[in-house]
Amino acid sequence: MAILISLLVTLVLVAVPILGVAAGAEYVLGVVLPYLAFLVFVVGFILRVVRWASSPVPFHITLTGGQQRSLSWIKGSKLDNPSTTLGVVGRMALEVLCFRSLFRNVKTELHPEGKLSYRWEKWLWLFGLALHWSLLIILIRHLRFFTEPVPFLVGWLESLDGLFRFGYQAFYITDLLIVLALTFLFLRRVVVARLKYISLSADYFPLFLLGGIATTGILMKYVSKVDIASIKELALGFATFRPVVPEGIGTIFYIHLFLVCVLMAYFPFSKLMHMGGIFLSPTRNLANNSRAVRHVNPWNYPVDVHTYEEYEDEFREKMVAAGIPVEKG
Amino acid sequence: MATVPKPEDLLQVNYKVPATQWQDTPVSLKPGFWSYPSKPKSMEALGLPYPREWSPADEDWKLPDNWQEIILEGLRERLHKFRSLRIFMDICVRCGACADKCHYYIGSGDPKNMPVLRAELLRSVYRKDFTTAGKLLGRLVGARELTTDVIKEWFYYFYQCSECRRCSLYCPYGIDTAEITMIGRELLNLIGLNIDWIVSSVANCYRTGNHLGIQPHGLVDMFDFYLDDIEDLTGIRPEPTFNRKGAEVLVIVPSGDIFADPGTYNLMGILMLLHEIGLDYTWSTYASEGGNFGLFTSHEMMKRLNAKMYAEAKRLGVKWILGGECGHMWRVIHQYMDTMNGPADFLEVPVSPITGTRFEHAASTKMVHIAEFTADLIKHNKIKLDPSRNDHYKVTFHDSCNPARSMGLLDEPRYILKNVCNHFYEMPENTIRGQTFCCGSGSGLTADELMEMRMRGGLPRANAVKHVQEKYGVNLLSCICAVDSAVLPALMDYWVPGVEVAGVHELVGNALVMTGEKERESDLRGQPLPAKGEDDHV
Repeated sequence: MAILISLLVTLVLVAVPILGVAAGAEYVLGVVLPYLAFLVFVVGFILRVVRWASSPVPFHITLTGGQQRSLSWIKGSKLDNPSTTLGVVGRMALEVLCFRSLFRNVKTELHPEGKLSYRWEKWLWLFGLALHWSLLIILIRHLRFFTEPVPFLVGWLESLDGLFRFGYQAFYITDLLIVLALTFLFLRRVVVARLKYISLSADYFPLFLLGGIATTGILMKYVSKVDIASIKELALGFATFRPVVPEGIGTIFYIHLFLVCVLMAYFPFSKLMHMGGIFLSPTRNLANNSRAVRHVNPWNYPVDVHTYEEYEDEFREKMVAAGIPVEKG
Repeated sequence: MATVPKPEDLLQVNYKVPATQWQDTPVSLKPGFWSYPSKPKSMEALGLPYPREWSPADEDWKLPDNWQEIILEGLRERLHKFRSLRIFMDICVRCGACADKCHYYIGSGDPKNMPVLRAELLRSVYRKDFTTAGKLLGRLVGARELTTDVIKEWFYYFYQCSECRRCSLYCPYGIDTAEITMIGRELLNLIGLNIDWIVSSVANCYRTGNHLGIQPHGLVDMFDFYLDDIEDLTGIRPEPTFNRKGAEVLVIVPSGDIFADPGTYNLMGILMLLHEIGLDYTWSTYASEGGNFGLFTSHEMMKRLNAKMYAEAKRLGVKWILGGECGHMWRVIHQYMDTMNGPADFLEVPVSPITGTRFEHAASTKMVHIAEFTADLIKHNKIKLDPSRNDHYKVTFHDSCNPARSMGLLDEPRYILKNVCNHFYEMPENTIRGQTFCCGSGSGLTADELMEMRMRGGLPRANAVKHVQEKYGVNLLSCICAVDSAVLPALMDYWVPGVEVAGVHELVGNALVMTGEKERESDLRGQPLPAKGEDDHV
């Protein structure tokens, strides 16, 4: 059901620009919506992060994955249990760039004879990493449309990504990787019963959306050859706030662009915000130094306690009889 | 009380998911999987709201009229107080990496014991009432109405999570189910839903200073009993003091060490060690509990109980505090105490008077773990040890969840173990250190009526013990946690008969050669010591 709804929504979203182009709404699709979507993305993202940040971190709840730094002769685990800011930066970098925690993943199985096994299972890590790195590289590659002259780094990354060539046609590895990764992540949700059980529409929809964006992008590049020069004109216009809509770009481009707009507008309201959230995750971004440095809770408030005086008042006679010193003899 | 099935039957775990979606599958509360609710008397003693007689087995839980309002207002307040909660509500992608990391899921196969779904129980309500998309699109975006069925589900599953944080280790965003369960339980407490094992322990601790409600004179009597045993064994009688002002160090251990075997042997080990090194220290009857079941109730209750430690240290005028072996106690001390009840500016940075080591890593809380303290003693050759006195044991070590994942106290106890016994074997790497498995009975889930769930939850731990039992002949599971000491014997008897359980300092006590002691004939349990050379065939 969740799959069907997500798929249906995606298909409707594909139909919108087709109808739009037919109705001659290229300006809306090519200029108005992109600006709007970009605005929603930026403002929404910032507001969401501000809302997170407006709640304090009252307690120091570092999750430690290795040996603490305690006695000088015991080697602490600097990255899995950082005690310094530098260590935290390292831990976060590993987390964000290499998915360190996901790399720990194993598959737990209970065998009928009663033995538990923990098997190698890095596929989720591998395809997750492939998806995210591909997304990043593809995003950077796209900067070629928004810049003139194209920055060196963009060109360099592009040639690296397109290392394998077929004749004159550059073939981007990331194009293949992102399709493989999306396919894997989708199939995983459908095939593994317990994953299907936990999956919501909100889990399928981004996969379909990204799938639609990747597919239209790939079609444009390798199959239906759109007019790159016109697209660059449009993109440059967008970036320099002098929007233009060149003639004859082709419907498929507008589908691609529209889905990207939907993605941008959807992003701040969805689980995709894990991109920003991970940086603020208190189990990962705090050094494990809570016994060395006091962590302050801004809303710490006084509570009812059972004082020693109350305690002694209740038990004084018994304490005296047992030879325990008391305050009031 | 429900009877526990035989181990071979329990092993037939059904991992099939129900035919209906989880949102449409109402909770069925099975005996053996829930704990008795708290008694009104204990709740009243603590001023907890809505004390009443009720049972999870009843249809009507006698919720206050405006319970929905209370829960939603409570959730709103906590979203503003805890960034963790806000972020963990928003960013889960349901990748499922956490699913088979939970010992309760592995042992029960119940999909709502997958950490991701446990959190979704709360998230779905959050979406419905605190997000625009949820308000508009409802079920489509995973939102659902807060009904009594949802509350029953919360009660069932938030008291089937031991806050061990294992799932969080594997989560790519560090989403911490312990945090979600803690806040879920706080919300349930607002409408008077809690369990007796926790609340009665808290009420006892609040009044008498310890979970079992032992009064000061009773405490001293218990110590006398162990001192007699130590004297019989070694010819030496340590002379601990209670509530003594001007001592250098205040020692606080979990009361499990004082009242229940095999923790008591651990206490004997500590008494012997502190006597042998001549530490100027005192016990306190007022702060006679290291553990803190407030952690399993609410942040406020945690603070109310924890306050005694610093208050007593201040009253007695000690320089610093030495803490015993206990898991959740150290979660509180390491991650909450200083924030809640500090700054402890009336204490000094802990320095071992025996070795001169300055414990810089505890410079602010001024509290040192006894494993850190003893490891430092051994490293500096300040105590004489005869590990052969533990030769009748083949030892493995169970990392308790909290010292492992909320602190990183891993190598200190291992260093001690390798110095006090000759036969030490690690369990498989996926089950120790940061990846350690819960005993199955943590976070207040220790009651007998919960036995089936405890045995299920303890399965992964027991399985790893069985592995080293078969491979190396391990017959002793050591640990640094009073809850472990209390619950692991039952777990071992059920899954791995023939394996005993001991605290690390019991083994220290066995190996410790005390100045002027008589020749020992037995270990702290009264079992005859292995004759010298007898273990050569091992």
